[in-house]
Parts: sequence; C-alpha cells; structure tokens
Amino acid sequence: MATEFTVPDVAAKTAAAANQEFETEKMSLAMGPSHPSTHGVLRLQLELDGETVTHCAPVLGYLHRGDEKIAENMTYNQFVPYTDRLDYLAPLASNAAYAAAVEKLANLEVPARVQAIRVITSEMARVSSHLMGLGAYGIDVGAWSVFFYCFTEREKLYTLFEELTGARFTTSYSRIGGVSRDVPEGWTDKVVAFCDQFLPILEEILKLLTRNKIFMDRTVDVGTISAADAISYGLSGPNLRGSGVKSDLRKDRPYWGYEQYDFEVPVGSKGDCYDRYLCRGEEMRQSISIITQAIAIFPAGSYYAEDARRIFAPKKAKILSSMEELINNFMIVTEGPQMPAGEAYFEAENPKGTLGFFIVSKSGGVPWRMKIRGPSFCNLSILPKVCQDELVSDVVSILGSLDFVMGECDR
Amino acid sequence: MVSPNTDLAYDSKIEGDIIVSRLDSVVNWIRTNSMWPMPMGLACCAIELMSSAGARFDISRFGAEVMRFSPRQSDCMIVAGTVTYKMAPHLRRIYDQMAEPKWVIAMGACASSGGMYRSYATLQGVDRIVPVDVYVSGCPPRPEALLDALIKLQNKVKRTPSFKNLTA
Amino acid sequence: MTAIASDADVTASLQAKFPAATLRPSVDHPAVNVPMGEVIAVLQWLRDEQGFDYCVDVTAIDWAEDVSPRFTAVWHAYSTTGHRYVRVAADCTDDENPSVPTATGLWAAADWHERETFDLMGIHFEGHPDLRRILMWDGYPHHPLRKDFPLAGIETELPDIEVAEETQAKVIAAPMAGGPFVASSKGEVNMTDAEPRAKDESWNEQTPKPE
Repeated sequence: MATEFTVPDVAAKTAAAANQEFETEKMSLAMGPSHPSTHGVLRLQLELDGETVTHCAPVLGYLHRGDEKIAENMTYNQFVPYTDRLDYLAPLASNAAYAAAVEKLANLEVPARVQAIRVITSEMARVSSHLMGLGAYGIDVGAWSVFFYCFTEREKLYTLFEELTGARFTTSYSRIGGVSRDVPEGWTDKVVAFCDQFLPILEEILKLLTRNKIFMDRTVDVGTISAADAISYGLSGPNLRGSGVKSDLRKDRPYWGYEQYDFEVPVGSKGDCYDRYLCRGEEMRQSISIITQAIAIFPAGSYYAEDARRIFAPKKAKILSSMEELINNFMIVTEGPQMPAGEAYFEAENPKGTLGFFIVSKSGGVPWRMKIRGPSFCNLSILPKVCQDELVSDVVSILGSLDFVMGECDR
Repeated sequence: MVSPNTDLAYDSKIEGDIIVSRLDSVVNWIRTNSMWPMPMGLACCAIELMSSAGARFDISRFGAEVMRFSPRQSDCMIVAGTVTYKMAPHLRRIYDQMAEPKWVIAMGACASSGGMYRSYATLQGVDRIVPVDVYVSGCPPRPEALLDALIKLQNKVKRTPSFKNLTA
Repeated sequence: MTAIASDADVTASLQAKFPAATLRPSVDHPAVNVPMGEVIAVLQWLRDEQGFDYCVDVTAIDWAEDVSPRFTAVWHAYSTTGHRYVRVAADCTDDENPSVPTATGLWAAADWHERETFDLMGIHFEGHPDLRRILMWDGYPHHPLRKDFPLAGIETELPDIEVAEETQAKVIAAPMAGGPFVASSKGEVNMTDAEPRAKDESWNEQTPKPE
C-alpha cells in the first residue's frame, strides 16, 4: 500500500518567515560579580540587542572595605599595611605613594637613597602589575600560554620582593620618611641579573601577542577612546596614554628624582585596546631601563630621613639604653607621628594610573579625613560609554585592556 | 599525590588484577584526587590563588587545577579575599548552586575572620553565611599554605563516609 | 586661554575674576574657598580659561556633628598641559541636608566621584543625572563617612532578604575589642582619649561570636 506523502513547500515557508516581523526584545544580562573576565568583583548590568550592547551599567562596591573610614581611626604609621591592599598587584608603589603624601603634609625631605629605593621598587611593581595585566588579558582573549610565561616572571619578582621586604606582595615596605629596612647586601645585583634575563623573555611574551592574528582581531579598533573623552572621564596611566595624551607625572611633575632618569613615555595613536596593550608592553621596557639606571647611580646614605625622628620608631638597642628614646618610641606608638595641621594632595604615577591621597589634618597623629583617589575607579567610569554598541564578546576585551583592580576602585 | 591507601587491598588469593575494597574508600579516593575548585577570587588572596595555579606551585599536582567558574561543575569553593556585606549574598547564592558534595576553604585572614578590615562594610568571617571546612591563616597565605589546606581537606574527605545516608 | 606662569598667578587671577574667593591654607597646591553659589562658574572658568581640563577628584570633608558649617566640598583639578593642580573648596550652607551643584556638565569624571560622595557623605548633588549609591548597596540607610557613624558600623539587614532568611545573618557591628584604633572623634589625640575609640564589647575572647 502506497503512502501518500505531501512534500512541504520549504521555500514558501522560509519566504513567509522572512517577511514576518518577529517580536524582538532586549535581553538583560548580569555579568559578574563572580565572572572570570571581570578581574575581581565587578558587576556589569548589560542590556543586549542580540549580541550588541545597548546599555552598560557597572555596579561597584563589592570590595568596599571602608579604607577611608579606617584611615580616620588610626595613626599615619598604622595605615601603611592598608595601602598594600589598595592596588594589590603593585603594593610597593602604593606604599611609596602614601608615604610620599604624608611626607608632603609633614614637609619632610627623604634622602636620595630612599628616593632611589622607591623608584626601583615602584618600577619593579609596575613590571609585576603589567605582567599580571598582560597574563590575565591573554586569558580573556583566549591565549593561555601568556599567563604562564607572565607568572613565571612574576614569581622571580616575588622572590626579590621577599628578600627585600619579607613578604611576597603585601610588603608594607615604605614608611613615612623612609623605608622599613635597608636594601640587603647583594640584592641590587640580583635585580640587575633579573633585568638582564627578563628583557629577552619580555620580547618573547610580547611576540606571542603583538602580531598574533587572533589577538589583533580581538583588540584592534575595539573599545576606542578618544583623547578628549579620556581626559574628560579622568582616565590615567596607560589608559590615558593609549589614547594619545602624553601625560605622565614622572615626567610632568617629577618626584623621587625621576628627572635624572632617561626614559620615554609611550603614547598610543588610536586609543583602542591594542594601543593600550602596546603602551603597557613598552612601559615595561622603560621600567627595566629606569631600574638599571637607578641601580647604576644607587646613592649611599641612610634609608630613612634623620628629620623623621618624631615619626620613625628608634632602634631597639637605643630604646633599651636611653630613656629619651624610650619615651620617644612610646609617643610614636601610642599617639602616632605628630603632623602639622593642613591639607595636602599627592599623586604618584602608579602602574594602573595616578593614585592620589588627599589628607586633611587637624594636627596630631591621626588624619581627619583621607580621600584615596583610586585610578581604577576613574578608569572604569568610562565603561558605559565605551561599551555602548560593542559586541558582548568585546566587552571582555575592553575590560581586560582597562586593566583595573577592584581593591583601589572600591577601597 | 599518591599516598599509601590502606583501604584498598590487593587480594593475592583471587587470580587476576582484582582489588578488593570498600565502596566508600573508592568513592573518596576519586573525590579527593579530582577536587575541582570554584575560585571565589575577591581580593588580594586571589592573586596568590592564581600563583598557586602557576608553574612554580602547580596546584595540579593535587588534582585541583581545573578552576571552574561555574558553581555547577565545582566541588570546593575557595573563598580568597575580603567578603563584604554587599558581596555576601552573592557568595551564598553561588554556594547554594554548587552540587553536593561540596566543601569550602576560607583562604586568608579576611575570609576567615574579617582580618584587618574591622569596619562597617566587611563581613566578619565567611563562616557566618557558609559552612567552612578549612581555614587558612595569612594575609595573604602563601601558595604553599593553600596547598596544605587542600591536602588537609583531602584528608578530611577521605575520612567522610560517603554512603552513610544510603544505608540509613 | 592664558598661559599660567606660577601657582600664585592662578589664585591671583581667580580672585581678580571672582572677588568673593578667598585663599585657603594649603601646604602644596594653590587653593581657594569660594561661595557655594559660584562654584560651578569658578570651575568652568578654571577649565575653559586656565586649562584645568582634568577633574582629579570631587570629595567632601565632614568637620564633626557640632561644627557649622559641617560639610565642605572639595574639588581638585589638574592641567594636562600646564601640569598644575588647583584645589577649590566650598562650604555647604545647610548642615542637615547638605547640597552642592553638580559638575557633571563640566567633566564626565565628576559623575562617579559625586555618586561616591553622596553615598559615603550624604551630600546631595543638585542636577546630577543619576544620583544613586555606588559603593554601598541601594537601600543602605546610613552614610558611613560621616563623623557620627561609628567605624564598626550599625546593625542593619543584609541586602538580600532571601539569603538573610536562610542564613539568619545580619549586618552587625564589627568587633573592635582592643583593636589598634585610636581616638579621633575630635581630631586631636590626648593620652586619655587614645584608647580604642570604638570600644565595642559585643564579642571578644570571653563572649562568643554571635551566630
């Protein structure tokens, strides 16, 4: 018995479907706060039309730990460890920036040796922070091996940090008016040795990405930020320079003797993700150059300012042998270093951008108000604008290229 | 990490490659050596968590290198960093989404007790919202400390009767 | 745009343009006090005429509950061409409901800074397009950076009701028991006040931690 089949008219159906007006609606997508490519606890509330982002609303505060309130409740010296945890990818730089801000308030000059130590450690912190940014960015856009290369180098840096400070990355190294201890013997030679072996490896790491077809497809002309926007939104660091604004506090308002070092400030041309990546790569080369220059002229002298006797706890042997030193130590520990009344604002060019401390003092050992200007906070504020009309997969690429850290963003 | 397992026994009286064992110990043996972590990277400790996945510390020696960001696929939540009150409900929801059996490692002082952040915004210990199996001290703990915590957790899992609830 | 020769020139020409502006004591950058009504005009003039094109910071200071004026709003601007900072401060006229005109029309960066100041200080920015909390969660009842708010915090509900019901957890005051925190309620520290300010004995080594 033959069965009768009716052949459906596929062509007609398809044509009908094509003519039909589909009811489309926008999709709301929450990205984060626990998402591998948000680099911490950031949440993006995205509104999508298909794959295109029509609206992006960042939600922050998942790591708001109350650093500013804590600062108002403890002495200047006690706050140093908290600065480690602001930008926990470059604590040495944050420590030094905080110490410099308080020194500015106290009108305290630090010796040349301290300045050189701060320059060396800050630049090492910059390298380690950019390595982290690069490794994580590689994962974001689908290149795992970069992460392992970067982390191998970071471990070498951590070993050096550990020898210098005793901790891998929560270093608390800078003190107000100096650093916590002098550079150990032979340490600078190890740093030079690290720099020498690092440069070829850096080229190798960058070679993995710079002319990589997939990487370029994901980053070139993605997330373009114009110079005017970058300034208006208060971007800083490689994100500002990637947009072609030649602004670097190390050059423009030199601190810690940065004027004596010969280095270039890399600037991007278009302001896309690729430019920001190139800026970071070049900054690492320049940092290595600064480190070697600083070690070449490494000045002798004290590792803390002699004027800082009211700030620095005296040596243990002196405390036990001299009554005055004992009293001095007691006052520093209980009342905190005595600061004059006034307001000071200091910004340092940190790896992520300009980290600023605004300190309002009513005299005494405790700041009345301390505002911390986290560069990542300002860098992220451009997200709603730059993610507009981008593909959802490019949001990941843009986030990675902004290289933020939530610790200093939420504080 | 291969360790002598007294629960497994080779019975020479039976011919062939036969191992006699209790189901409990076999299941636990499997569980301990493929413990997929859910990296709850919140703050500074997350960097040490990443370091432990790197080449030097190599967490894959303990079968825990498969970091799954989806709670459905992971066994062990590593809470690495400061938990704020704003984040706490999200953390709890992620924990609820994990399939049983599940374990929690509180990595670092902040996750264990609030640490140095005694302030209005910080949850004073993640154990107030999720049950914690292992606490790791340190701010941040070194990667070795995390690996030690992982081994301690594995030992705990080995002692747990997996089929307790089936026989009851 | 006139080129800026020195820090003193900034304040001098500003005072010539805005006679109500007074010099503000500062250890570093040029700083001025201006009346709240003129702030936006001053900032706009600084941006357009003096080249301060970069908004570094918008914040506020709380001078304690019993001081009037209690709140002072502070702006920091930077010139990316002249490499110079300027600080502008303005006292809030109302101590109960402080309010400040928004600078979002001048710099996009001011948006989040003002939201943060609103969140932590409770200062209302007039004309801000989207003044919501940014760091604390929506619905949080307090403004933590005000001086009458204790560091340990005040007991409130968790942001998520379902989780709060399931875990029975609340936002509780953090234990300060003998913490390293020194007195600062009035800014100056003397030996009798230098005990931990937030002496909270809700739980410590003797009394157990609440569930």
